[in-house]
Amino acid sequence: MYDVVVVGGGIIGGAILRELTRYRLKVCLIEKQSDVAMGQSRANSGIVHAGFDAPVGSLKAKFNVLGNAMMENYAKELSVKFKRNGSLVVAFSAEDMVTLSELKARGEENGVTDLKILDADSLFELEPNISKNALGALYAPTGGIVCPYKLTVAVVGNAMDNGADLYTNFEVSSISGKFGDFTISSQDGQNVKTKIIINCAGIGCQKIANLAGDYSFTIGGRKGEYILLDRECENFVKQTLFFTPSKKGKGILVSPTVDGNIILGPTAKEVDDANVLTSEEGLKEVQEKASKMCENVPFGQTITSFAGTRAFCDRHDFIIEESKSVSGLINCAGIESPGLTSAPAIAKFVVEKLVSSRIDLRFNTSFNGHREPTDFFNSLSIEQKNQLIKEKPEYGKIVCRCEKITEGEIIHAIKTNPPATDIDAVKRRTRAGMGRCQGGFCQPQVAEIIARELGIPLEKVTKFGKGSYLLRGKTK
Amino acid sequence: MKNYDVVIIGGGPAGLAAGIKAYDYGAKVLIIEREEITGGILNQCIHNGFGLTRFKESLSGPEYASRFIEQVAKRDIDVLTETTVLSIDKNNKTVTAINSKEGIFEVNAKAIVLAMGCRERSKGALNIAGSRPSGLYSAGTAQKYVNIKGYLPGKEVVILGSGDIGLIMARRMTLEGATVKAVCEIMPYSSGLKRNIVQCLDDFGIPLYLSHTIVDIEGKDRVTAVTICQVDQNKKPIKGTEKRFECDTVLFSVGLIPENELAKDAGIELNRLTKGATVYQNRETTSSGIFACGNVLHVHDLVDFVSEEAEIAGISAAQYALNGAKEHDSVDCIAGDNVSYVLPQKIDKNLSGAVKLFFRVRKSLNNCKVKVCVGDKTVIETKKRVVRPGEMEHVLIAEDKIKSLDGNVTVSIEGCEL
Ligand SMILES: Cc1cc2nc3c(=O)[nH]c(=O)nc-3n(C[C@H](O)[C@H](O)[C@H](O)COP(=O)(O)OP(=O)(O)OC[C@H]3O[C@@H](n4cnc5c(N)ncnc54)[C@H](O)[C@@H]3O)c2cc1C
Ligand SMILES: Cc1cc2nc3c(=O)[nH]c(=O)nc-3n(C[C@H](O)[C@H](O)[C@H](O)COP(=O)(O)OP(=O)(O)OC[C@H]3O[C@@H](n4cnc5c(N)ncnc54)[C@H](O)[C@@H]3O)c2cc1C
Repeated sequence: MYDVVVVGGGIIGGAILRELTRYRLKVCLIEKQSDVAMGQSRANSGIVHAGFDAPVGSLKAKFNVLGNAMMENYAKELSVKFKRNGSLVVAFSAEDMVTLSELKARGEENGVTDLKILDADSLFELEPNISKNALGALYAPTGGIVCPYKLTVAVVGNAMDNGADLYTNFEVSSISGKFGDFTISSQDGQNVKTKIIINCAGIGCQKIANLAGDYSFTIGGRKGEYILLDRECENFVKQTLFFTPSKKGKGILVSPTVDGNIILGPTAKEVDDANVLTSEEGLKEVQEKASKMCENVPFGQTITSFAGTRAFCDRHDFIIEESKSVSGLINCAGIESPGLTSAPAIAKFVVEKLVSSRIDLRFNTSFNGHREPTDFFNSLSIEQKNQLIKEKPEYGKIVCRCEKITEGEIIHAIKTNPPATDIDAVKRRTRAGMGRCQGGFCQPQVAEIIARELGIPLEKVTKFGKGSYLLRGKTK
Repeated sequence: MKNYDVVIIGGGPAGLAAGIKAYDYGAKVLIIEREEITGGILNQCIHNGFGLTRFKESLSGPEYASRFIEQVAKRDIDVLTETTVLSIDKNNKTVTAINSKEGIFEVNAKAIVLAMGCRERSKGALNIAGSRPSGLYSAGTAQKYVNIKGYLPGKEVVILGSGDIGLIMARRMTLEGATVKAVCEIMPYSSGLKRNIVQCLDDFGIPLYLSHTIVDIEGKDRVTAVTICQVDQNKKPIKGTEKRFECDTVLFSVGLIPENELAKDAGIELNRLTKGATVYQNRETTSSGIFACGNVLHVHDLVDFVSEEAEIAGISAAQYALNGAKEHDSVDCIAGDNVSYVLPQKIDKNLSGAVKLFFRVRKSLNNCKVKVCVGDKTVIETKKRVVRPGEMEHVLIAEDKIKSLDGNVTVSIEGCEL
């Protein structure tokens, strides 16, 4: 019997899980995919918003500002890269300039500090590649950037290091029982028992609530498409650039990522399911809008395009509360943007205010919030690397030639919480296969390492779980 | 620190042949190879057809490689396998490498030969709309799974790109019991060898769709179908010509690119057309004492020419190491009408011997005239029956002509379109 089961391995579920391990509780995370960070928390903009955008008094505004303030230490403790690069909301008309003043006032009311309106000259000085049609901007120095899936992997990993369990490939298909004695099951016969359920299933939140008997909200999907430019474009822009919101529709953003790429997007299109297909029109829209924001966008350096689906709810604000109809069910639903930014603050609130009203919380004195960096090998000196290779020769063997990733680092990703069990999970953690050849050379070798380390036959290794097998058996 | 006259990066056919010649010239040689064994990409090419020019017999890839591996073994050439070169310092000629036994270490050389081979262009660069399921492989990855690991990637296959590896894999997968439903090629011609089209597609009744490309990929977990479509002259899909094939595997054979990250990081001048280094006829790059040969220099279709080129580079590197640098006095070689590139890009008039100019054509031509001009003066004119983009051509400039070159050399070709 678990004290708390968290459903959904995104940043919200992961952050809550980690927060729970600060206390003496038996907790686990359930995720339907083969790895964590496979939903919204994988494909998003990675912006740590300043907090001027959300309506005054909303949960979005409250958690955004709190989360932004917490993020720097949060990321540092988990050894995830975070950068306070600042945000700029750019105006292209007199009307936009008026909106900027409103945004500034709203931001200040939300508690955002250091907001400033810049004229065109100071804007061009900060961002020389910005369009010459720009008239000015709202500057928010507290805006930042973080890698969303690395942060998610890190929070779940740290929670597991502190005693939490993780069940992947567990798609919740039925919930029975009541507060103090729930049973959560999957179609293929997996079961867990728990006193409390925390629903963090993203686009699946409505389904989970419905399964438990709560019909109080609905969730829809809104797809956003992106284009990612090569790291050779680093410094094309330094701040995160937004269009000024207007009646004419929503713009996209142009921003650096913490890893030095440039990200363009997202579009916004309502979809029925968690549809993450890229489309010709979507990518065209991104290109057109990016070209309005900046001069000479280096589209020739495109390395990939991708899409994510925002899970928004009919209440148009985050839902973070215990269900009114089902006791012991805590819903964290409709966590669309700025959900990534808000995650540390939401997690703290959920555990300290909501869980605590149902269960006595006693501190887990052995909790250690620090997580070793996953890319520790690169940061070692040559002497330290050579010492490590002496002890563990697998660190002397390059597997991914493009990104120069060693067998040691791949084994580390498979053995470290949360364990990578397929090709894409290894790629997300180590960058093996992310380089110019896109895994053409190293995939067979990575597959063999996974098979060996997990003790499974090579045919059982997948790209990203379930039906995404690599091979159809042996040759004749 | 270890010291050598010549350090060769890559132990494929190019690196092996260069090593043998450099040693025979009198140099102390080290070959560094990342894999467990030398032989390079030939180890996974178990089909026949290698060595027809050089040995006048049809060998498999491993057989061809073993002839050179044996020659290396007979000599006192040092070979470090399972060792990856991480960087080169082109001025001091130090090579930094990593392996499990010695960790990260440096080797000093008097001359360096680049022989890192090539890699396949990735499917990611194509930007095809639709989903990203499993079952999408570059043809070479599939070749490795089938020929080295003994596993079959899939049973119903569509191949995009008609490069040689794609053609060879069409036959290989068919022999392993898979059904290859289509090979589609965006260009109006195949970039593969004629003999491979006949022996790998025609003989098995596999259809080749020229001027076609993949416009959609379906499948959530594993690929389930693709749609191909005819394209116009500008490679834009023509609506209404779509054909859908159910399949569990798509192989991409969309071109090879010289693996030049090391050279690029070291600041060695690369050529825009070949994506390899710019070289003189002795295969010395414009960085003194650094040589290049094989697929890292330009993509070859026949390994026989790789060996020939590597021997030139091997001797030149040994000469450089033992006799020191020589002044260059050079003219440039330029790709003229219908020619996509010429190699070497520079002819050094101080070097002795005739020069074989290798080139590729832009389109298939019949009854052709190859012209080598210096300024507006034609110095050589020869005939060729048929030329194809997929097959490398060459023309020989005799030694006596080299000395008197007084301007840049342009190679062009004219003929009737096929
Ligand atoms: C395009 C886009 C751009 C965004 N940009 C930003 C930004 O710049 N800054 C910012 O702060 N926020 C941004 N967001 C919002 C942010 O990404 C989300 O708020 C955050 O990722 C939500 O995390 P989550 O854990 O709630 O959901 P998710 O990450 O979607 O996680 C839910 C998990 O639940 C699992 N699940 C679903 N159903 C079941 C089931 N039945 N059984 C088991 N598991 C199940 C899913 O597989 C998934 O892994 C953006 C979102 C999108 C889509
Ligand atoms: C997938 C594939 C299939 C092919 N199939 C055929 C075919 O069927 N028929 C045919 O005629 N030609 C084929 N070719 C072309 C073939 O590559 C050449 O004919 C020939 O093998 C080229 O020889 P090479 O020595 O230049 O390169 P390679 O054979 O590629 O050898 C390069 C060697 O360098 C090593 N290396 C690279 N970088 C480093 C580093 N940093 N440190 C240490 N070692 C390094 C590599 O491991 C490799 O062993 C194929 C090419 C590819 C990529």
